[in-house]
Amino acid sequence: MSGALSTAHSVVAPSGRVKLLAGAIVVLYALVALVPLLWIGLTSIKTPPDSISYPPKVVPFVHFEPSIEGYCNLFNTRSRQTADYLASLPPANSACEEITRSRSMVVVGPSNYVPRFLNSLIIAFGSTLLSVGLGTCAAYAFSRFKVPMKDDLLFFILSTRMMPPIAVAIPIFLMYRELGLSDTRLGMILLYTSVNVSLAVWLLKGFIDEIPREYEEAAMIDGYTRLQAFRKVVLPQATTGIVATAIFCLIFAWNEYAFAVLLTSGTAQTAPPFIPIIIGEGGQDWPAVAAGTTLFLIPILIFTVLLRKHLLRGITFGAVRK
Amino acid sequence: MAEITLAQVSKRFGPVQAVTDLSLTIANGEFVVLLGPTGAGKTTSLRLVAGLETPDDGRVFIGGVDVTGLPPAARDVTFVFQQYSLYPHLSVFDNLAFPLRSPTRRTPEDEIRRAVGEVARLLRIEDKLQNRATQLSGGQMQRVAIGRALVRRPAVYLMDEPLSSLDAKLRSELRIELKHIQQDLGATMLYVTHDQTEAMTLATRIGVINRGRLVQIGTPRSIYEDPADIYVATRLGSPGINLLPRALFPTLEAPAAAATIGVRTEHLAIAKGQNGAVTGKVDWIERLGDQNHLHIDVNRQQIVSLVDPDEGLGVGDEVAVSLHKPLFFAADGQRVR
Ligand SMILES: Nc1ncnc2c1ncn2[C@@H]1O[C@H](COP(=O)(O)OP(=O)(O)OP(=O)(O)O)[C@@H](O)[C@H]1O
Ligand SMILES: [Mg+2]
Repeated sequence: MSGALSTAHSVVAPSGRVKLLAGAIVVLYALVALVPLLWIGLTSIKTPPDSISYPPKVVPFVHFEPSIEGYCNLFNTRSRQTADYLASLPPANSACEEITRSRSMVVVGPSNYVPRFLNSLIIAFGSTLLSVGLGTCAAYAFSRFKVPMKDDLLFFILSTRMMPPIAVAIPIFLMYRELGLSDTRLGMILLYTSVNVSLAVWLLKGFIDEIPREYEEAAMIDGYTRLQAFRKVVLPQATTGIVATAIFCLIFAWNEYAFAVLLTSGTAQTAPPFIPIIIGEGGQDWPAVAAGTTLFLIPILIFTVLLRKHLLRGITFGAVRK
Repeated sequence: MAEITLAQVSKRFGPVQAVTDLSLTIANGEFVVLLGPTGAGKTTSLRLVAGLETPDDGRVFIGGVDVTGLPPAARDVTFVFQQYSLYPHLSVFDNLAFPLRSPTRRTPEDEIRRAVGEVARLLRIEDKLQNRATQLSGGQMQRVAIGRALVRRPAVYLMDEPLSSLDAKLRSELRIELKHIQQDLGATMLYVTHDQTEAMTLATRIGVINRGRLVQIGTPRSIYEDPADIYVATRLGSPGINLLPRALFPTLEAPAAAATIGVRTEHLAIAKGQNGAVTGKVDWIERLGDQNHLHIDVNRQQIVSLVDPDEGLGVGDEVAVSLHKPLFFAADGQRVR
C-alpha cells in the first residue's frame, strides 16, 4: 500500500496551470462547503424575527443589527410575564436580562445547554481515548505477535462495520435497558468505543506495520523491555497515526445523533439531540439553535486545527515518512 | 567480555531452514567473521546470539551462562543492524545515548555526554550530533549505528555488515579503526560480511556459511590456502580461483578421485613460448594499474592469472602455463588430497 503511494509523492512538481486549476477547484469547494456554516453563524447573531424574515437578511449592520439574543436564549430559560409585573422589577442587571424583558419575559434560570455540552465533551473524548488506547494495543499485538487465527479475528473486527451501527439499534436499546446503561455517560462511551474501535484497530495496524521491527529489536538489545521499547520507540513514531485515528473517532462520537436520540434523554444527553429542540415563543428558536450549533463546532475545530499537521500526514497513511 | 558458544543450534522459518545444526565457539577476545552468500543464514545466526530469535534446537551460551531463554536485554550484547536501526524520532546524540539511558544501565548525564562525544569523535560524526537521524547520509547513519554499539562495553559485539554502505576510503579507514578498538578492548566480536577483504583483514577466524550450515572455520590463511570444498575455495580470492577440469592437465600428478583442479590466480606460472606442458593463448588483458589480469584460453577453457604489467605479454601471444600448489576436488565438490 505504502509503496504505491510513496512513489506518487516523488513525481515532479505540478506545473503552474495545474496548480491554478487545483486552487480554483479548492476555493470553489470551500465556498460551497462554507456557505451553510456561514449561514449558521449569521443566524446565531440575528433576532428571532430577523432570522425568519423574507427576503432573508444577509449582511450584518446593513440588512440587520447583530444581536446576542440567540446566545441569551441558548443559555437561559425564560418565562412570559405580565406588563405590570415587568414594570415592578428593578432595572435589569445584564444585557441578556434586558433583551429578555423587551420580549415581555424574564430569565428564570440556566438552560440545559451547558450540561449537555459537557456530556458531549466527556462522552466524545472518553470514547476516543478508549478507542485509540484499545486500538493501539490491539493493533500492536496484531502487527507484532503470532496471534492464533489473526486474519479471521481481523476480519471479524472489520465485519462489525459492515452495516450501519444504527441497524442494531433495537437490540442495543433493549440490552442497555436491561443492563441499566440507558441514559448513562458510561453507556454512551462504551457504545461509541465499540463502534470506533474496529476503525482504530485497522487504521493503527497499518501505521504500526510500517514501523520496522528493527527499531524495537535495537531498543531491546539496548537494554529495554518490550513494553519500554513500545513506549520509547513505537509510540513516538506512531504519533501521526494515533492522532489521525483519534480525529476520526472524535468526529464520529462528537457528531453522533441517532443513538444519542434513542438512548439518552436526560442526565447523559449529548448536545446533538438537544440543540434542534430548543423551542422559543411560537416554534423553533432559530437564533438559539444556530448559536448552539456554532458553539458546538468550536471544540472539534480547535482539536483539528491543533493537530492538522499530523492529520495531513496521517491520512496519506504513512506514505510520507519523516 | 565473554566467550560465545553455539551448541547445535537450528532455526527454521516455516519451510525455510535458515540455520542448521550450527556449533561454534568464539573465544573471549576473538574476532570471528561469518562469510557467506545472501540468504545463507548469517543474520539469523547473529540474531540467535542476540536473543532476537529463539532456536528450535540447541543452546546458546555467553560467558559460560546458558542464555537460550533470556531476553535480549538480559544478554549484554550490542548489535549493529544491517539496515534501519537509528531511531528516526531522535537526534544523533540521543540515538547514541539511548543504550546508556536504558533502565538497566542508567548512566549519569555528564558521563553520557563524555561517552557519546568520544564515540562521535572516533567515527567522525561530531558535527552531526544535533541532526535528526533522518537527516544523515547512508554512510553517516551506518556510523551512528556502529557508534551506538561502541558507546557501551557489552560482553559481546554483534555486527551485521556494518560497513556495507560506506565508500571505499571510509570503509578501509573504519575497518582499521574497528580492528584497533576490538584489540584495545579485548572485545569478543561476531561480525558478518560479504566483503572478503574485510573478512581477511579483521578476522581472527573466518567461518564460512552456506545454506544454513557452517562449512568451514579457521584462520583467514587456512581458509584461503586450505579450503574444505569448492564452495569455500570460490568464496575467497579476487579474481576468483580458477576451476579447471582434471583432464586439462593430463601430466599433472593428482589423487585418483580428483575431478576438478583449483588454482589461484597467483599460483599460475606464465611464460612466453610453448616450452611448458600446457600451452594457451592470451585472450585479453585487464589492466588494473599495479597489476594485470591475464585471460588465457587453454583448450577453450578460460584461465585468469595475475601478471606484472612489465611482463611484456600481448593479446594473441602463446604462453606456457604451469601450476603451483593446485587444489584437487572430487566430483561432489569435496577437497581430496
Ligand atoms: N523472519 C523470517 N521469516 C521467514 N524467513 C526468514 C526470516 N528471517 C530470515 N528468513 C530466511 O532465512 C534465510 C536466512 O536469512 P538470513 O537473513 O539469515 O540471511 P543472510 O545470510 O543474513 O543474508 P544476507 O547476506 O542477504 O543478509 C533466508 O532464506 C531468509 O529468507
Ligand atoms: Mg543478513
